[in-house]
Amino acid sequence: MSATSRDVLVYVEARAGALKKSAAEVVTAGRALADQLGGRLTALVVGAGAEAGPLLARYGAERVLSVEGPAFARYLLEAHGAALLAALEAAPARTLLLAASVLGKELGAWIAGRSGRALVADALDVTLEGGRLVTHKPKYAGKAVARVALSGAAVVSLRPNATPPRESARQAAVARLNVNVPAPRVTLKEVVAAQEKRLELTESDIIVSGGRGLGKPESWHLVTELAAALGAAHGASRAVVDAGWRPHAEQVGQTGKTVSPKLYVACGISGAIQHLAGMSSSKVIVAVNKDADAPIFKVADYGIVGDVHQVLPMLTQAAKAYVH
Amino acid sequence: MRIIVCAKRVVDTETRAKVAADGKSLETTGVQFIIAPYDEIAIEKALQLRDATGPGSVTVLTIGPADASKELRAALAMGADAALHVVAEPPTDPWAAAQTLQAALKERPFDLLLLGKQATDEDDAAVGPLLAALLDLPCVAWVSSIVPDGAGLTVRRDLDGETEVLSVPLPCVLSAQKGLAEPRLPGLKGIMAAKKKPLEALAVPVAAARSEVLALALPPARGGLTRIEPTPEGMLTLLTALRNERKVL
Ligand SMILES: Cc1cc2nc3c(=O)[nH]c(=O)nc-3n(C[C@H](O)[C@H](O)[C@H](O)COP(=O)(O)OP(=O)(O)OC[C@H]3O[C@@H](n4cnc5c(N)ncnc54)[C@H](O)[C@@H]3O)c2cc1C
Ligand SMILES: Nc1ncnc2c1ncn2[C@@H]1O[C@H](COP(=O)(O)O)[C@@H](O)[C@H]1O
Repeated sequence: MSATSRDVLVYVEARAGALKKSAAEVVTAGRALADQLGGRLTALVVGAGAEAGPLLARYGAERVLSVEGPAFARYLLEAHGAALLAALEAAPARTLLLAASVLGKELGAWIAGRSGRALVADALDVTLEGGRLVTHKPKYAGKAVARVALSGAAVVSLRPNATPPRESARQAAVARLNVNVPAPRVTLKEVVAAQEKRLELTESDIIVSGGRGLGKPESWHLVTELAAALGAAHGASRAVVDAGWRPHAEQVGQTGKTVSPKLYVACGISGAIQHLAGMSSSKVIVAVNKDADAPIFKVADYGIVGDVHQVLPMLTQAAKAYVH
Repeated sequence: MRIIVCAKRVVDTETRAKVAADGKSLETTGVQFIIAPYDEIAIEKALQLRDATGPGSVTVLTIGPADASKELRAALAMGADAALHVVAEPPTDPWAAAQTLQAALKERPFDLLLLGKQATDEDDAAVGPLLAALLDLPCVAWVSSIVPDGAGLTVRRDLDGETEVLSVPLPCVLSAQKGLAEPRLPGLKGIMAAKKKPLEALAVPVAAARSEVLALALPPARGGLTRIEPTPEGMLTLLTALRNERKVL
């Protein structure tokens, strides 16, 4: 293997100038892989400023490339894609890792196409086995997991929350990278901020989700109050999304988001196979349902048989006293 | 507007997963198949755009086994004008899928190439942007709204809790997120009409894969339910277990 074939490049995500939680995860994964390969780890940060350097070094980056300028302040596929192509020239690496967020899945697939690299999307891990990269990759909304091997140059996007960040204190040299942006074909006309500030579901450690068992949209505050008491994001079943109680961005399941938080609390959710597909890889599952035979109890670690209108306020009360 | 929709036949979302004898794929005997949910949304939106923008056409393209002609007929029954069928097992590798679709698209001009956000079997959400890169066309994945704006299209896409409004020229590649459209159920008239619509088998070989599935496994079964009483004491028992035993709080 040539030197560059051992090197790893990670693209880290930033938002409004600050690194996202997934940055520590992909750098951690990149460090472990670079160590296995005997190569160097470079992190590319676009639009977050050079201040990101020390943080990326803390998780194991040896070199940080920083791209700045108005064209990069917000994610746009072709601009950030151009930055990645430039980074691959400046720091040739056979393997590129990034987070499997919405933008990471788009950018990862696009860069795979543009740079002729093999691709595994939404992997849980990546390791070196007998000279090949091997990943675990959930399919069928998590009903099955494939072991997938890649040879040659590759892009792997890593599912958020699947890699516990690990510090490995290093010093990183930060270098500015100048990138010529092609005239943008897709242009941003406007950004509409979400009405409520909410925690991003796929990145949250704790999620409280509600279903049709809440009875009516006016009862939804029971879910958000419990979520607030636990410091959790809140999600929803498709039944309540279809009923228009909650936006689709909150839907968990096969046609919503696949989540794997440390703790998932399902309230008034029956546990249909399409819902389970999206959340059954959570570390611990708590279910509240008035029907003792609801399928959700088959995957739950803790089950409370009872009415959400009584149980949730009780749990919220207890959590407020307990968590703080 | 000339629209081509890439749509895949996938196992029904109700399917209980079982690994096939090869140890690498899903057992499909006795399993129901459907048009992938996001692809069905893409087809519906394509029909609406065609009907709203004057003369145009909707062509549905699939890589799938011979039986997938059933799903193509269903798309024609929804109102698509024509269907293209690469008769082959659909690749599990995104490169193989994208390059095969690229070959099938050769000499078939379009204004809009619409895909699903992700196929609910592979769950890659990759083929759209990968294909856009191969075709060197502008691309926005996961769009929840498409409105023709004269020169091109204005699309919306949710990202990080915000909604982006983007302007995209034609031709372009977009992928459909939920909320883009509600798929219609084909009526009897549509089903009858579909029988006479063109469904063309394409002699396009499946491109080489760049990744290899070594094994497919089911996730470890969960279980071992601990019952918690719906009382204030029960809540404390639960929170204590979550913090001290499970270490998740
Ligand atoms: C193609 C396809 C894709 C799908 N994708 C998804 C998806 O991504 N996500 C998803 O969630 N679903 C999805 N579904 C829908 C899924 O099949 C179910 O219909 C849905 O998950 C049901 O939502 P629910 O559990 O909130 O409602 P229900 O199934 O109606 O369950 C309500 C539950 O609340 C309990 N309950 C009622 N009142 C109370 C009370 N007062 N206190 C406590 N409990 C109470 C009931 O016992 C019941 O178990 C999909 C379906 C299809 C066909
Ligand atoms: N075999 C196929 N035939 C037609 N379209 C496909 C096929 N595989 C993937 N696609 C399209 O690509 C999208 C994304 O698929 P994926 O990247 O596998 O999640 C799907 O929603 C389809 O629109």
